[in-house]
Amino acid sequence: MPRDMEQYLRPGLTSTPFCPGCGHGILMGLIFRAIDELKLNMDEMLFVSGIGCAGWIPSPHFNADTLHTLHGRAIPAATGAKMFNPKLKVMVISGDGDLADIGGNHLIHAARRNMDLTVICASNMVYGMTGGQVCSTTLAGAFTRTTTQGNPYQPFDLCKLVVAAGATYTARYSVTQPFTLKASIKKALQINGFCFIEVLSPCPTQFGRHNQLDTPVDMIKYLMDKCTTRKKAKNLPPEELKGKIITGEFTNGTD
Amino acid sequence: MVKYYLSGNEAIAEGAIRAGCRYYAGYPITPSSEIMERISVRFNEIGGVFIQMEDEIASICSVIGASWAGAKAMTATSGPGFTLMQEGIGYAAMTETPLVVVDVQRAGPGMGQATRVGDGDIMQAKCGASGDYQVIAICPWSVQEAYEQTINAFNLAEKYRVPVLLLTEEAIGHLRERIDIVEDIDIFNRRKKTGAAPFGTEERDGVPPMPTFGEGEKLLVTASTHDNYGFRKTDDPLIHDRLVSRLNEKIINNREKIIDYDDYYLEDARMVVISYGFTARSSLFAVEALRDEGRKIGMLRLKTLWPFPDGLGRYIGERAKVLFVPEMNKGQVAGEVRKYVSCQVVSFTQTNGEVIYPDTIIEQLRRHL
Repeated sequence: MPRDMEQYLRPGLTSTPFCPGCGHGILMGLIFRAIDELKLNMDEMLFVSGIGCAGWIPSPHFNADTLHTLHGRAIPAATGAKMFNPKLKVMVISGDGDLADIGGNHLIHAARRNMDLTVICASNMVYGMTGGQVCSTTLAGAFTRTTTQGNPYQPFDLCKLVVAAGATYTARYSVTQPFTLKASIKKALQINGFCFIEVLSPCPTQFGRHNQLDTPVDMIKYLMDKCTTRKKAKNLPPEELKGKIITGEFTNGTD
Repeated sequence: MVKYYLSGNEAIAEGAIRAGCRYYAGYPITPSSEIMERISVRFNEIGGVFIQMEDEIASICSVIGASWAGAKAMTATSGPGFTLMQEGIGYAAMTETPLVVVDVQRAGPGMGQATRVGDGDIMQAKCGASGDYQVIAICPWSVQEAYEQTINAFNLAEKYRVPVLLLTEEAIGHLRERIDIVEDIDIFNRRKKTGAAPFGTEERDGVPPMPTFGEGEKLLVTASTHDNYGFRKTDDPLIHDRLVSRLNEKIINNREKIIDYDDYYLEDARMVVISYGFTARSSLFAVEALRDEGRKIGMLRLKTLWPFPDGLGRYIGERAKVLFVPEMNKGQVAGEVRKYVSCQVVSFTQTNGEVIYPDTIIEQLRRHL
């Protein structure tokens, strides 16, 4: 982390809890840069997270008010704080298992209410902290500790889900696209209403090692290969599009 | 003094507003829904924040978020909804989040009888969530007391930074009575101290001051084991033991100040009826009828169920020969009473979704006189 971003880190922290090759550190750095470039006052912000590796991005790292909630309940807790004190700028940062599986109902209802929250879903397509079990965003056929024959189910397209529920701003990027991702976070922080970004983040420890992607580099290359921007996807034939993850903005607050 | 004619549920809504409640999140469930209906209308008039959430879990979690944002916050539910709220109650106990949960008890278990009365959630209120923790639970017996005890619930929640559970019953929730509202009521507001540790204190009461989001305190709130400043310490045996002990002791050691009760005719009583909630109305009628016959019988009415008034139970157990505990459950409080006394404890239980009538209690008491 560059020195000028250290002001956003809580003093007294000595090491990161994330495994080597985890994408959550890149995401954390990009959120800091977005806040820095927008010159937001961290004292007027609240960061809410749930349980799992991504829940540890804001808590305890962010030098601001943080609320580390029950598994899946980050969005309702953020809703309560935002509703009572609308002056707070509230950002939810949590994982795909937390926001989409156990907290899926809260996610779609917050989008339906168009609650003024910025929700960042760090999606590593697996339950990382509990040892690598399948989750609702695991790609079909992927191997995990609980799908040793390959995942038999289709994953959630979280962006489509949230768009359908009524979110104002919806985007998906991978941490391998840091500049567009940072621009997207900045946009989401400036738009009123429900803003949702799904951030694909590599997990070599729990996802990669079961899918022949043992090293961090393998995982990054995998994501770079899987992700296709919306623009490029338009010109691809359907057979090439199969299994690809489309990145870009799905609703941008002006539609 | 102003007189009103209200149902128990309406009185709870009014009591909450009087106590300063300005955030309510809830999910409809019989027989508690009138509380949120009235709050939703009244908050429009006075400027509170009301939201109907997608389920009971979301309701209590948003109440927790609002409480940390500075609100006196409440939710209300019944039986199965109360079960869903338990994870939030455990979270609130661990993070020392003041809030009030009203459980208008109906006949359970499961969905049970949604429109009928029961007292089955007494033990669930004490230990429905995981781990060792303490809550405060209050049980009113009238519409007047539903109003007053709601205010008391908010005061206790703020004073001890603990979830306070108001355990009323369908019978009180839907009962209409005249209530008198006095102007002069004590309201306790949150104690703040800039820069103080939010999760640890050297004070004797064991309750740290409570900061609020958005004031630059850079709070770390987590229900994982944490040190005095909120840093996660999930593998430190000493910190975990110290935290769990303090969370329990701040309620147990202050129980003399928390516990509230009424006693009737105890001076010469050989037999004492221990009663609470709606049943206590029938119990008192029965006790007075038998005293008119010259029987030496008294009554203790518990207004606070948790922490349990163990000292009081012991004192009465030493003086009386028989304790009689009528309940609309399978003897949840009778079991608790037995823990503290060596005299005979007779548990009378009725779980048919009906209130216990005075005649039934008189008939039962005669068998043991």
